[in-house]
Amino acid sequence: MKKLGSSSKVTKKAIFVKLQIMRLGEKTYKKKQEANRMFAAIGDFTLFFWQTLKEAFSLDFEFNEFLRQCFQIGYKTVPLISVTGMIMGAVLTIQSRPVLADFGAVSLLPGMVAASIIREMGPVITALICAGKIGSGIGAELGSMKVSEQIDAMEVSSTHPIRFLVVTRVLAATLMIPVLVMYADALGILGSWAAINIKGSVSFVLFFHQAFRVIDFMDFFPAVIKTFFFGAAIGLVGCYKGYTAAQGTESVGKAANSAVVIASLLVIIIDLIAVQITDMLL
Amino acid sequence: MSNKVGDIAKSSETSNLVIEINNLSKGFDDLQVLKNLSLNLFNGENLVVLGKSGSGKSVLIKCIVRLINSDRGTIKVFGKNVNELKSKELSKLRQKIGFLFQSGALYDSMTIKQNLEFPLIRIKKKLTKKERDEKIEEVLENVGLTDTLHKMPSELSGGMRKRASLARTIIVDPMIMLYDEPTTGLDPETSSGISTLINDVQKKYNTSSIIITHDIECARATADRIIMLKDGDVYMEGNIDEFENSSDETIQSFFKEKP
Ligand SMILES: Nc1ncnc2c1ncn2[C@@H]1O[C@H](COP(=O)(O)OP(=O)(O)O)[C@@H](O)[C@H]1O
Ligand SMILES: [Mg+2]
Repeated sequence: MKKLGSSSKVTKKAIFVKLQIMRLGEKTYKKKQEANRMFAAIGDFTLFFWQTLKEAFSLDFEFNEFLRQCFQIGYKTVPLISVTGMIMGAVLTIQSRPVLADFGAVSLLPGMVAASIIREMGPVITALICAGKIGSGIGAELGSMKVSEQIDAMEVSSTHPIRFLVVTRVLAATLMIPVLVMYADALGILGSWAAINIKGSVSFVLFFHQAFRVIDFMDFFPAVIKTFFFGAAIGLVGCYKGYTAAQGTESVGKAANSAVVIASLLVIIIDLIAVQITDMLL
Repeated sequence: MSNKVGDIAKSSETSNLVIEINNLSKGFDDLQVLKNLSLNLFNGENLVVLGKSGSGKSVLIKCIVRLINSDRGTIKVFGKNVNELKSKELSKLRQKIGFLFQSGALYDSMTIKQNLEFPLIRIKKKLTKKERDEKIEEVLENVGLTDTLHKMPSELSGGMRKRASLARTIIVDPMIMLYDEPTTGLDPETSSGISTLINDVQKKYNTSSIIITHDIECARATADRIIMLKDGDVYMEGNIDEFENSSDETIQSFFKEKP
């Protein structure tokens, strides 16, 4: 009896171990599949990027659609950027003032605020807002075009959808986001001046002079360069997510959502890389 | 040439093949949608393809214009194997094929006029602006939509959208028409209007058509010949009388199921 009991215990243990191993195997398999999917997605995106690049250099460029997209992406985002730019500058000023006042260096305030807006705050905040507004807009638009067969319709009427839809949007985003950033920078500095004038009064000329005394070309140039990459990333991710939306209406929402998430993430990553490179060069 | 479906007695007027599909197979992941399907379309005929939803009807006609790449088998359109065409040749071939999408697929962001101009500008490059406008007017008149020129697709009713979409398809004078469920989701009256239009298009432009539907009325009104898809292959082939008098259960249920 005893023997039997112990042997059954052994078998039980063996079965348990076997089950654990099987479970582990299953988990590994699942992870492997996940990894495969991720690599497939990266491969897919690379292919998409390559096709876009190829179509961008094809002979007939869809100029009208490009202009329409510039309007859509650039002009229609102006109100949002105006408000956020102003507030960004004002808030930065109000927050920094006490610290500088402690050191008795309030006169450095305009320069410090301008530098941080131009180098970092302006580009990144604007790009993140654009990732939200433009990325989701493009993702949802192309996603619904895909789901309602409009992209197929384009293809059978001998128009390459990537040339018509993607190239124009990516290019428009790449060109418009730097413009929006510069505009946001300008409004941010204006907002800063307004905030300074809440306490005491500084003439705009004096403020401007103090602000731009500390800023040189190397503050400005890398910041502008990186915004082109922000724009390209936002446009590409939005288009990719929309263009590859699955069947069914709910995938439109998913496309828009993941476009925003990935575009925002890319903006931050590109910013990190840009800062590193600038740091190395200086 | 046409002895593959020689059992259908239409050979006298339709001796020339327009589309020839042999042993076509297509699957998605583990779902096998089309299995060794063979089908011919003859010049000038209206071929109706019946089948339950999900039976692969849309996949079939999307394979013909290579919106979907098939796994195995050959598809010849005007004697050319579509799977072997280079992108330029494919684009040329697609210009001869009109595709009416199930959802209409009108471009949401464009007016009806811009929708119709879209293929016209790109395919009929030689037309002047005046000729284009005339053509647009003519085609819209043909489908009975004269005063919608500057409306957006979202402002039109379902039936009007289908007709606008049909107008966009026929504006470039296709030789083959592929209709994906042209009457689905429309009321009976509008449906019969669309069926009439399909017949008008065939007569006026002498097109050969594949009409996918599960609307029996539409099949009655338009079909020269009918095939029924089931389990990824042709289940039955015949004319409308043969289908209606069939004692086969699957076909009976199909013909009685719907009003
Ligand atoms: N692009 C695709 N990816 C995956 N599955 C698809 C795709 N297109 C169609 N299918 C599947 O193929 C089957 C047939 O679809 P379809 O041809 O649209 O049917 P229907 O006869 O109703 O037109 C369906 O089960 C559908 O889910
Ligand atoms: Mg279908």
